[in-house]
Amino acid sequence: MRRDHQIILEMVRPGSKVLDLGCGDGELLFLLKEKKSCRGVGIEINEQAIYGCMEKGVSVAQGDIDSGLQDYSDQRFDYVILNDSLQEILNPEKVIQEALRVGRRVIVGIPNFCNFSARLQIVFKGQVPVTKWLPYKWYNTPNLRFLSLKDFELFCRDKNILIEQRRALTHHREIRRMTNLLAYMGIYLLKKGA
Amino acid sequence: MPRNDSPDTMPSSSSKYFVEPRYYTFAHPPRELILKSGEKLGPITLAYETYGEPDAQKSNAILIFHALTGDAHAAGWHKGDKKPGWWDTMIGPGKAFDTNRYFVICANVIGGCKGSTGPASINPATGRPWGLGFPVVTIEDMVVAIKHLIDHLGIERLFCCAGGSMGGLLALKWSVLYPESSRSFILIACNYRHTAQQIALHEVARQAIMSDPDWQGGDYYGKTIPARGMAVSRMIGHITYMSEASMEEKFGRKLIKKEKLGYDFSHDFEVESYLNYRGTSFVQRFDANSYLYLSKALDYFDLSEEGNLVDMFQGVRGSFLIVSFSSDWLYPPYQSKQLVRALKANDIDVSSIEIQTSYGHDAFLVEVDGQSRLIRNFLRKIERE
Repeated sequence: MRRDHQIILEMVRPGSKVLDLGCGDGELLFLLKEKKSCRGVGIEINEQAIYGCMEKGVSVAQGDIDSGLQDYSDQRFDYVILNDSLQEILNPEKVIQEALRVGRRVIVGIPNFCNFSARLQIVFKGQVPVTKWLPYKWYNTPNLRFLSLKDFELFCRDKNILIEQRRALTHHREIRRMTNLLAYMGIYLLKKGA
Repeated sequence: MPRNDSPDTMPSSSSKYFVEPRYYTFAHPPRELILKSGEKLGPITLAYETYGEPDAQKSNAILIFHALTGDAHAAGWHKGDKKPGWWDTMIGPGKAFDTNRYFVICANVIGGCKGSTGPASINPATGRPWGLGFPVVTIEDMVVAIKHLIDHLGIERLFCCAGGSMGGLLALKWSVLYPESSRSFILIACNYRHTAQQIALHEVARQAIMSDPDWQGGDYYGKTIPARGMAVSRMIGHITYMSEASMEEKFGRKLIKKEKLGYDFSHDFEVESYLNYRGTSFVQRFDANSYLYLSKALDYFDLSEEGNLVDMFQGVRGSFLIVSFSSDWLYPPYQSKQLVRALKANDIDVSSIEIQTSYGHDAFLVEVDGQSRLIRNFLRKIERE
């Protein structure tokens, strides 16, 4: 199992109702259903990925994340998940606010654009970083937003979003210290601030 | 539950399997069916076909609704058929609607001309064909009539209701009228109400028929049929079922049996000859008045007529699969998305997809592979629930 999926599974309470934004081929929703008895639904833009969801028996509506949340009423889901998709969104602030509206909690997984290896490439190679986790060149990346874990945490503080859990991953393991320098990915459990 | 005695993907049988239409007559006076218009209709005969076998609890029944000019002959072969039923690519052993697992039913709608009561049927009061004396029927009336058949067959709850185009509207109406009576719904290339453009296109088709002198106010039975009007209306229909890209791909500017332009009004282009062929062959197999009645029923269709669409789905249950096609300009994908949004707003389980294709509205009959994958997996999911 992907380590980020493992962490998200640990964050989600059994039997929850889950919305996965940018659910890809439905792997995470499938795991949530099988291992945590969750009821899940996905939103995904890619036609081929939707066939994958259907093959796993995962409900999925085709659509883009930027406009996918408006149909849902407040607090409809226990969790709204944005795993590895926030960086591809046109209007991430609005989407996170909307996610916090329709979900009691929001789980966000983001790649860290400022980890050690990326910093070295900028400083010493003078190039925009290409890493295992961020394999794209500037001309073919689907990413619209480039942020570090620190950037994201500052954003949450500014917007009065409570970070209930923060987990960070290197390629090999989960880490707890120096995450903004070492982690390639951060996963956050968020809640609306009081 | 559906039987599990067949492997997941059985090779489609290449041997023909033969089916025969069956008939069910009900609503005998004085217990006629009260139509939406307030008029009464009875007795009513429905032509239907079934494929596969019901399980012991009759819990594996799938009801298929046909499109405007479709019929109950959805799959298999009739003796003497040159081609199989209209959705034979999707219904059969090992196919998307796998008849090794499911008991599939398709009935001709009322107002139609393929064995069910319609304007070409004999009016018992006069002993002559109804013609325009036949009451105007709606999508709802068609659904109510078919519900009588399903009750007659002893099926309390369907496993699925499915249809494309008009068939999709019928399945949609079923979901609202009888929310408890089906576990799932597959709606393909349809919408929740006919729009001005759809009504306009139908009106042109109707006027083509009604302005044919042979139409004679609908009283042409036993006389000359309004063949020219029918053919023109079918030509219009066919244009709307294709897309610009599919026409360009299929015909382009290819000439027909000519090396160069004729500079006259015989057919120059292949597309002209194709449409004419389609038009004239349609005349042989369809009743002009039925075309008027069914197109009118479609135009009257508006699920939101009694309020807003979101409210109409209150109390609706079951899981939905909604399929649209990128190049379908008759029932464009955005209209399916409106449906998806309304279902989502009601917390109804819905999966949706817009299949990229150049086939236009016809795609629901042609895009077999993609639809089969979706439908097969959707139905398996419902089985597991």
